Amino acid sequence: MYVAVKGGEAAIRNAHKLLADRRRGDRSVPALTLEQITGQLALAVDRVMAEGSLYDCGLAALAVKQARGDMIEAIFLLRAYRTTLPRFGYTRPIETAAMLVERRVSATYKDLPGGQLLGPTFDYTHRLLDPELAGDSDPATPETRERESEAMPRVSDILAHEGLIEEDGSLPENREPGDITREAPEFPMDRDLRLQALSRGDEGFLLALGYSTQRGFGRNHPFAGEIRIGEVDVEIDVPELDFPLTLGRIRVTECQMVNQFKGSMKVPPQFTRGYGLVFGQSERKAMAMALCDRALRASELGEDITAPAQDEEFVISHADNVQATGFVEHLKLPHYVDFQAELGLVRQMRREYEERRQADAEKPQRREAAE
Amino acid sequence: MNAHAEAIAQYNFAYLDEQTKRMIRRAILKAIAIPGYQVPFASREMPMPYGWGTGGVQVTASVIGPQDVLKVIDQGADDTTNAVSIRAFFQKVAQVSVTTHTGEATIIQTRHRIPEEPLKEGQVLVYQVPIPEPLRFLEPRETETRKMHALEEYGLMHVKLYEDIAQHGHIATTFAYPVKVEGRYVMDPSPTPKFDNPKMHMSKALQLFGAGREKRIYAIPPYTHVESLDFDDHPFEVQRFEEPCALCGAHGVYLDEVVLDDRGGRMFVCSDTDHCEERRAEGHRGHLSGEEAAT
Amino acid sequence: MSLASIAIEGGFRNPVFDAQSVFRALMQAMAEPGTVARDLGLTRPPAPLTPEAAAVALTSCDQDTPIWLDAPLAAEEAVRAWLAFHTGAPLTATPSEAHFAFCAEPENLIGLENFAQGSQEYPDRSATLILQVKSLSGGPELLLEGPGIETQRTLAPHPMPRHFTRQWAQNRARFPRGIDLVLVSREGMAALPRTTRIVNQEG
Repeated sequence: MYVAVKGGEAAIRNAHKLLADRRRGDRSVPALTLEQITGQLALAVDRVMAEGSLYDCGLAALAVKQARGDMIEAIFLLRAYRTTLPRFGYTRPIETAAMLVERRVSATYKDLPGGQLLGPTFDYTHRLLDPELAGDSDPATPETRERESEAMPRVSDILAHEGLIEEDGSLPENREPGDITREAPEFPMDRDLRLQALSRGDEGFLLALGYSTQRGFGRNHPFAGEIRIGEVDVEIDVPELDFPLTLGRIRVTECQMVNQFKGSMKVPPQFTRGYGLVFGQSERKAMAMALCDRALRASELGEDITAPAQDEEFVISHADNVQATGFVEHLKLPHYVDFQAELGLVRQMRREYEERRQADAEKPQRREAAE
Repeated sequence: MNAHAEAIAQYNFAYLDEQTKRMIRRAILKAIAIPGYQVPFASREMPMPYGWGTGGVQVTASVIGPQDVLKVIDQGADDTTNAVSIRAFFQKVAQVSVTTHTGEATIIQTRHRIPEEPLKEGQVLVYQVPIPEPLRFLEPRETETRKMHALEEYGLMHVKLYEDIAQHGHIATTFAYPVKVEGRYVMDPSPTPKFDNPKMHMSKALQLFGAGREKRIYAIPPYTHVESLDFDDHPFEVQRFEEPCALCGAHGVYLDEVVLDDRGGRMFVCSDTDHCEERRAEGHRGHLSGEEAAT
Repeated sequence: MSLASIAIEGGFRNPVFDAQSVFRALMQAMAEPGTVARDLGLTRPPAPLTPEAAAVALTSCDQDTPIWLDAPLAAEEAVRAWLAFHTGAPLTATPSEAHFAFCAEPENLIGLENFAQGSQEYPDRSATLILQVKSLSGGPELLLEGPGIETQRTLAPHPMPRHFTRQWAQNRARFPRGIDLVLVSREGMAALPRTTRIVNQEG
């Protein structure tokens, strides 16, 4: 007698028990603390916050731990939590010119007000595995700056002074910035919404697209005008108060890409811009985002759309790794009902094919017999 | 972290916050008023992956109340892992009664099947939809397909189906077979086998479709005309199985093929597990059911 | 009672479950045009807003849905304050901007074509009108056909907007664009989605 497979519930329960066991690993090794993850795997935590679009180091660290280090799974955990949070209001735009800068580099000027500041970077490290780090290393205390107060104007503002670069993008009058987490996307999409989608988009996807523009698939002649990393105030307007309330500080990475100049009968020649802004410290993501932002402005700037990175619907529809991973991985769900439908049709077509061949094979014989 | 842990545990009835429910409910009402038209909605991230039923779950969560009795099926079966998981989710976040019996359910959430037992007035069938746009595989751009729906320009779909006939002698679409709703919108019925298409026509139940990742909701009210696209010389027809269910002996139902050994041994059993169990409880027997029907 | 306390009181007793049950009634009414959904989770709004219309407002409206009120409702400050407090929805004086329109005197309602009809690409971006009628069964009988109706169904709401059958035929002709109607009275709630055809000869 055949008995249909049962016991989905028990199987799921057991699988999750096994997952918890593997997550914990060897019990003789102390469990990771969230402080260790936020402190020592800080860039992983930053990526989870950026693509999870929720700024909370503790929860992001918890997500990394719960996901066993699977970044997209951790991002997904944070997103699913984020979606349940009540919304109290929208903050003012953050003022990156007033950033407490930890790192700031410009590739367009040798020196500039505020100076170049390398900060905590992998740049110029020799990528040699460091055996000392295998143990409990205690690095020397770094030097710190004394002057914190020197103004550090943004490179885009310096160029804007001469009118050589287009201004900060501005929204049409009477148009509030959109919110991709509260509205269904609609194409063509405005830049405010595009930037939101890019900012939480998958680092790898944007990296590959940004790279493709450098190799000629939608080239836009980028210069890294400025990359700055540091903390900014988050402020909100409260109806009863005539000054904004500071909610706290977040660390962000901003990239201002200076691109291919443009000019027309009405507009004098000036550089165009691509913009990247990401939670935490993530230059790669911010730079890739800036390249993609610029590429996606093709139609606004009257350029031909010839490359994937310039194709708004293609880029925006596929940049979200939580969506992408869900749909790719859903292929492991049962599809046997559909497969059965295909199987039935292929078998029928196969039968018809054999019958035709049979009939064709018999035809000459019949003719012979008639002769 | 304890404060965090406590905060995480607080969820609203049926998981979604009320504002989200209102937004989804408004979309559902417009979807009912424009049968077959895909209403964009601001789909939320859910605690299960996109592509695993987030659209259906959001629709169900916005509709369900404490009085409801919920049934969840995947591939026609109540005990497939994802059906089990979604049912457990609603038991946890909405404390609703659940059932496997089609006739007892007020809301049935489904992936890939429509139950064999005809649905009744007042029942709601919620479909999980991966790709809601029937024209998507002919034209990947939303900007284009939206225009086609606006202009009722469905020639491309007919060309595609006709090319199938020219090439294979058949319309090669066996599931997610496109339908026309109330003579206006061409609609994707979700990846149900075309065997189930006729059940959509003039169904007594309300049919709601949720596509979470693609952020679309659409609907077919009860007693609505739903035609499968076809041609005069190639009329629409459903799959036929040559043998009855090996367990309950049912004819005219959709069957799963179960491989029994590596020598070509196979059997066919009902895909709708509830239907099969009820028939067996009524004494129907198939040739592999292990016991003879009462004589 | 002060205006403030009028505004604050009279909402759903149990917001989550009352909204759910009113929505189900609304969904049933919209899916099966001409049927009357009864036993709504009720509210106690200031007059002339009725408890049934207010229940629809609390179930459907929020910050994202501008509301238009007809003159008798708009004239009542308590009504405006009550809706603002309980839904957060902005009021608009421009009918074409409203997602929902509430009407206490259907017989004096402006033409249906003044409200948002949606576009050919986005026909869902159209208004839903909530008409407070005295009765769903006491007026001239409307014979209804269309999706949600097996053969025919009748509904006899009263009072209705002027030249209603003609206006409704025009609304139907705009399909997929067009407005949808919700009719509320003490008897309950009924709906006429844009797909419903009124097939009796105009009397």
